[in-house]
Amino acid sequence: MATASLTVALAGNPNSGKTTIFNNLTGARQHVGNYPGVTVERREGSRRYQGQDMLLVDLPGTYSLTAHSLDELVARNVIIDEKPDIIVNILDASNLERNLYLAVQVLELERPVVLALNMSDVAEKMGMAVDDQALSRKLGIPVVRTVGNRNQGMDDLLKLVTQAAKDNKSTSFAVDYGPVLEPQIKLLTELLASLTEVKYPQRWLAIKLLENDQEVVRVVGAMPSGQEVLAAVEKSRTELRSALGEEPELAIAEYRYHFAGEVFREAVANSNGQNLTTSDKIDNILTHRLLGLPIFFGIMWLLFNFVFTVGAYPQDWVEQGVNWLGGAVAANMADGDLKSLIVDGIIGGVGAVISFLPQILLLFFGIALLEDTGYMARAAFVMDRVMRAVGLHGKSFIPMLLGFGCSVPAIMGTRTLENPRDRMVTILVTPLMSCSARLPVYTVLIAVFFSAEMAGSVLFSIYVLGIALAVIMALVFRKFLFPGATEAFVMEMPPYHLPTLRSVLTHMWERGVLYLKKAGTLILAASILVWFMTNYPAEVPYAKDYDQAKAQVEQTFTDQVAGGVLLPLGIETAEDNAALMSLVDQIREIKAPAAEEAEGGEPDPALAESKLAELEQANMTLYPYALRYQELDQTRQDAADELDKEQAGEKLAGSYAGQVGHAIEPIIKPLGFDWKMGVGLVAGMAAKEVLVSTLGTIYSVGAAEDDATPLQEALAADPAFSPLIAYSLMIFTLIYPPCLAALAVVRRETNSWKWTGFLVAYSTAMAWLVSFGVYHVGILLGF
Amino acid sequence: MTKTLNLLRPGEAGVVKSVTGSGPVKRRLIDMGLIAGSRVQVHKLAPLGDPMEIKVKNFNLSLRKSEAALIELQPE
Repeated sequence: MATASLTVALAGNPNSGKTTIFNNLTGARQHVGNYPGVTVERREGSRRYQGQDMLLVDLPGTYSLTAHSLDELVARNVIIDEKPDIIVNILDASNLERNLYLAVQVLELERPVVLALNMSDVAEKMGMAVDDQALSRKLGIPVVRTVGNRNQGMDDLLKLVTQAAKDNKSTSFAVDYGPVLEPQIKLLTELLASLTEVKYPQRWLAIKLLENDQEVVRVVGAMPSGQEVLAAVEKSRTELRSALGEEPELAIAEYRYHFAGEVFREAVANSNGQNLTTSDKIDNILTHRLLGLPIFFGIMWLLFNFVFTVGAYPQDWVEQGVNWLGGAVAANMADGDLKSLIVDGIIGGVGAVISFLPQILLLFFGIALLEDTGYMARAAFVMDRVMRAVGLHGKSFIPMLLGFGCSVPAIMGTRTLENPRDRMVTILVTPLMSCSARLPVYTVLIAVFFSAEMAGSVLFSIYVLGIALAVIMALVFRKFLFPGATEAFVMEMPPYHLPTLRSVLTHMWERGVLYLKKAGTLILAASILVWFMTNYPAEVPYAKDYDQAKAQVEQTFTDQVAGGVLLPLGIETAEDNAALMSLVDQIREIKAPAAEEAEGGEPDPALAESKLAELEQANMTLYPYALRYQELDQTRQDAADELDKEQAGEKLAGSYAGQVGHAIEPIIKPLGFDWKMGVGLVAGMAAKEVLVSTLGTIYSVGAAEDDATPLQEALAADPAFSPLIAYSLMIFTLIYPPCLAALAVVRRETNSWKWTGFLVAYSTAMAWLVSFGVYHVGILLGF
Repeated sequence: MTKTLNLLRPGEAGVVKSVTGSGPVKRRLIDMGLIAGSRVQVHKLAPLGDPMEIKVKNFNLSLRKSEAALIELQPE
């Protein structure tokens, strides 16, 4: 007995402190996965207590155990199918009556149950002290007091669990369903006893059949002679309906509540409680008629800045670290495919994965804080009126707002939505919120093609378009993909309380690990794919021989130095004259100060002039030659750079990405785009801001990200571009599928390639249609 | 004409007579303790007038007015 691992399932209402107790019991020895085939999370952990190994399963928090909700079904099936040795039912002592309603249903499953009376301190403060002995007597099971957020009572709980496991006593618990229902329950129980393979307790099964529980009806219907049972059930239900004057399931639920109420009144001396708690007072301010909305937006502003502004610092460090690592590796490896794969593909890809991590950790720190304090429910309360207008839930607002920062954490944030349909719609429309990675694309294009007075309006129109499309698509998806009555908003408003640092940090850590494990690998693979597509094939046909051209530049330099500097000075090579070389270096330094010094501001030309004059005064003879040498060297450098950029542009044009760009040109032609923009859009799948650097490479102006001026000049000079086409391109960038990192997260969060594929398909189609519309209406209007 | 919960103003209270409607919404309302005989008190309305927050069985519950309209109250 003592050697085998004990399975303990934790059941309880949401907000009963169940997860806090789970964390207290398991510490870091836990992991999160998914129940097969559904997005409901399965949280498991282990604990060793007095030589006894325990496997703890944290069931989804539920108010009931019907088949109406996925969470409830999952919780119930774990109890029935996995037959945990012990079920620990955690009750919120300050909200005992409703918590007992679930306990009654757990007990009806006839497994060994231990009750943990949690938050008993809160109940006492509210003047509703619970008599745990009375509770234990009345229900016939062991009860233990706990205060989860102060880690109290855990030892007693574990003691009771091991004791209960030794006794291994199933509860024979039954609610009296009254004179009308009981005879029918008895009748069905006897009928079910004749069925062979019944893994369910028979009385429970009979009650569930009378409740018309769809899952149970399905299971029983599939059994041999199950149809006969179902016929008998139908007959019973008809009789009950007329005898009770209401649906049997309602009567059953009412009897359960009445039973819970009886137990409650027996265990709690003062069952009236207080009228206005501290929590109510806080709530009166936070959801105040007039202050509620400003406070909500203030908190959202804080959350947004916390995630994206504060998050920018660690993100920057991560990027610098990755760049440094890439540079260090590059310096120690021979040029070639392997180096490119490691530096640009793998290190770049890992960098892309990790660079999102700070934001995700901060976001879930913030979300856990909002959830644990109880404000999240209020946020939904305040925003529901607005979000319902587009067929969404009040809680959809937060992920959609975060979408303006980055779709990756935003989509992960949809976890706060319990209803899978709301979640799916929110995930599908959140990418239309224009994320910050798209901003560089807009700013470069706007700077080139629109006047400064127009710039703000143009940018604003793009953001508004994104929001408008999100609203429209949410309505469309609701109506056609997820039809049916909107889900109930009926939601508990948990009392406000101080969160524990431990639970907030655990939540944050868990999300971070999940992101790295599940989405991280996909993002890495995608980054390597894009690296491959933009770098291969290694050999592309060039318009001219770049090696020869570069050799030519070198030759010209050598010749001119020989004639203009070496010959007059009478030396063989420039390096022979150390004074000359040192002077050259000084001139170079004055003309183009080292990057670190220049960062402070624009180099001052007058200052440079005077410094040069000083230098000339000090070295009258050598100065003209040094100056000449430096100028020739500069010309050589510029020519070589020019050739490199041209070659990089041609190489990209000939790469697989370039080939795709060419191939899709006929498709994007009607939007006013040529193949160059096609390549940019393809590369932009990796991350939308890459579109800018890709255009830079294609226009052979280099891919510098911090200085877009040469690109802007090149774009302005390209006859293929016009303000209208630029606008069309911005719209396409806004709508077309989010970056691969976001898609990887969508895949992870929906647990479905089908929906991920659908997101790609619908957003591509919509991007095309809207860009097409805007482009052609624009032409008609004469832009 | 029976009075329904959505018609109560903040501060007003009543006792549930029955819950109309069907399906998961109705089931959810019942699971949350809105059964015949339960005393309900309206706490407040959201800043935009909907949903509403009520107190039932000693805890706070928010629900949309359309859902509150399913809850019939006993005549006073």
